[in-house]
Amino acid sequence: MTAAAEIAVARELPELTNDEVLRYSRHLILPEVGLTGQRKLRAARVLLVGAGGLGSPAALYLAAAGIGTIGLVDFDVVDVTNLQRQVLHGTRWVGRPKIASAADRIGDLNPHVEVVPYETPLTSANALEIIREYDLVVDGTDNFQTRYLVNDACVLTGKPNVYGSIFRFDGQASIFATADGPCYRCLFKEPPPPGLVPSCAEGGVLGVLPGLVGTIQATEAIKLILGIGETLVGRLLLVDALAMRFRQVKLRKDPSCPACGTRELKTLIDYEQFCGLTPAPGAAVEAPLAELSPRELAARQLAGDALVLIDVREPHEWEIARIPGAQLVPLGGFGEVIATLPRDRDVVLHCKGGVRSAKAARQLLAAGFTRVWNLTGGILQWADDVDPTMPKY
Amino acid sequence: MPVTLELPVVLAKLAGGTRRIAAEGTTVGDVVADVAARYPDLAPRLRDSAGAPYPFVTFYLNDEDIRFVGGFGAAVADGDELVIVPAIAGG
Repeated sequence: MTAAAEIAVARELPELTNDEVLRYSRHLILPEVGLTGQRKLRAARVLLVGAGGLGSPAALYLAAAGIGTIGLVDFDVVDVTNLQRQVLHGTRWVGRPKIASAADRIGDLNPHVEVVPYETPLTSANALEIIREYDLVVDGTDNFQTRYLVNDACVLTGKPNVYGSIFRFDGQASIFATADGPCYRCLFKEPPPPGLVPSCAEGGVLGVLPGLVGTIQATEAIKLILGIGETLVGRLLLVDALAMRFRQVKLRKDPSCPACGTRELKTLIDYEQFCGLTPAPGAAVEAPLAELSPRELAARQLAGDALVLIDVREPHEWEIARIPGAQLVPLGGFGEVIATLPRDRDVVLHCKGGVRSAKAARQLLAAGFTRVWNLTGGILQWADDVDPTMPKY
Repeated sequence: MPVTLELPVVLAKLAGGTRRIAAEGTTVGDVVADVAARYPDLAPRLRDSAGAPYPFVTFYLNDEDIRFVGGFGAAVADGDELVIVPAIAGG
């Protein structure tokens, strides 16, 4: 375990107004915080990357705690499906930029906090410039490419990266990129290939889980600023919300880590390419799949076309909505039914949005099928274009 | 007493919902191979086709990262715990 190395908040500590003294009274009577600690929080600058599931509780608690400046990076708008977990936003803000609803909510919670909005994706072009302005970063992103970007930018700028990540019922939290501690690349040298680990939009997430993990991130950020307690530097906290078990494993700095070990990584790279989302120069490009739009499918069904329509989603998704004429064959068992499918008819595959059905389509092509179609946009696009009465999820 | 392999929820589905699997072997690699043979759906998520660990799935033997104690060649003893931590990115 590593005792908290206080991060350097290299600026003069501001005086608190009487209003602030009253507001933070429960902090001020804690000897571990006290007046000096509260002034450190007031002087601190924290950057939140992502104002979503993790960023919501983190932003709320950091604002409530009196962090002086909170930078928020997000370019998304509030969607109704966010509200099951993203407690920073509200129903009346659906369709508004998350940055705007976050700034409003934080301003209401604590008007002493200055919110600096960045309505842009964090990229290799802007990350160093933005992160340099802050004392530490809270990583609340939702994809591997931005996680590696945040990590490398934190290592290069020497800013601690308060890490949290969630999926379904599993959560992870730690602190990376402190002066002597490990970084994200020491834990996971490389990302999984695209498609292996589904996103929360595809795989689901228990709504309260980011509440647990994002609050842990806020706790660690505050401890780093105050220089108190034992932080998660050198430890990975594993949260299992289903069994309600918290477990920790040891994280070591990898001497061969290109970011924080050998330091051969001198600048930010192309993270889309690093994560396999864009092909490396000279790499073989996978042939595109034949696509059928929902409107074309509906027209062919209406004309009595004898095509085979296969839904590769899970049974609990099938319960929510289904396309007439489809047969359910969840992707996990798809390989077993390939031999039973006709080769002399068009086989149309669909899922929720088109990612899983593309995998099934490639399995069919690999098995020598030629009349294979992927339904563009999956059942969500069917609901948009063909059957607006269908529930979307 | 065999070695216990603990799976996160996300991988337990591929082992029929089992979270903790009792497995046999004298090294981490043996234990992983034993589990992979019994749960074919889980197998490709534990190690690559050559039987080597992935860079995005980290194994902890009694809470120590196996890469620092010999990797899949690390010796295991009865009662040891092996925890699997896959990379997840949701936020």
